[in-house]
Amino acid sequence: MSEPGPDTEARRIATEARDRARFEEDALGLADQVYRVARRLVGSREEAEDLVQETYARAFRSWRSFTPGTNLRAWMLRILTNLNVDRGRKVQRTPQTQPLEETDYYLANKVASAAGEDALETDDVVERLSQDSIVNALSDIPPQFRDVVVLVDIGDFSYADAAQILDVPIGTVMSRLHRGRRALKQRLAEEALS
Amino acid sequence: MGAPCDRCEELLQDFLDRTLTDAEWREAEDHLGGCDYCRRRYRFEESLRRYVRTSSVERMPPGLMDKLAELRGLDATA
Repeated sequence: MSEPGPDTEARRIATEARDRARFEEDALGLADQVYRVARRLVGSREEAEDLVQETYARAFRSWRSFTPGTNLRAWMLRILTNLNVDRGRKVQRTPQTQPLEETDYYLANKVASAAGEDALETDDVVERLSQDSIVNALSDIPPQFRDVVVLVDIGDFSYADAAQILDVPIGTVMSRLHRGRRALKQRLAEEALS
Repeated sequence: MGAPCDRCEELLQDFLDRTLTDAEWREAEDHLGGCDYCRRRYRFEESLRRYVRTSSVERMPPGLMDKLAELRGLDATA
């Protein structure tokens, strides 16, 4: 094998620079969506900003491990959720209780007994929940459930993408999603009707 | 509430996710057709989901995009 000539080497460097710039542009184009998921995974705007910056720093450093043509959004979110898990271990959030296995009608039943059956037919009750109550309720449910609810119900990821991001089987995504939604409703009931 | 409503409640999430089998779908629809109690709760759940989704259309804080753009070119060894 002969050494690559200076021309070949220069071309390789130019190609790499172009691939890298394209990767960076594509990744930056997803910033809004990445922030939106981050904002719902952590308690405050400042933490979300930090998490997004850490995510982009890691993504830009390891851009070579991304396979062009695969799902960049899922790849970025996988970095983000991993960083968030590491962070959670360091920061030790407020102790989290396991969600009770409340049923799916839990919140609706609470609303009905407080405001009457007819209240369920209007959007009034739901609209009375503030943005903060959603954020608070989400931050109160255990992380493994919260991650799935945020990815699927807020980030609009498919079960399959969420499974890939979190590196768990699809069946686990589904069962965590079901339990996470129940836990969310339970917290919302506590927030809204206390 | 009796057993048919319990069963309907069990199907709620998959119904809204559209992941029920055809037979389960029919089962849920048959029950919902005659049961106000469950129908109201399905409707409530649907608007709750919409709300959770739209409650999160928060924009990035100003300045964050510039900070991210500055990270471009970070070296793997840095």
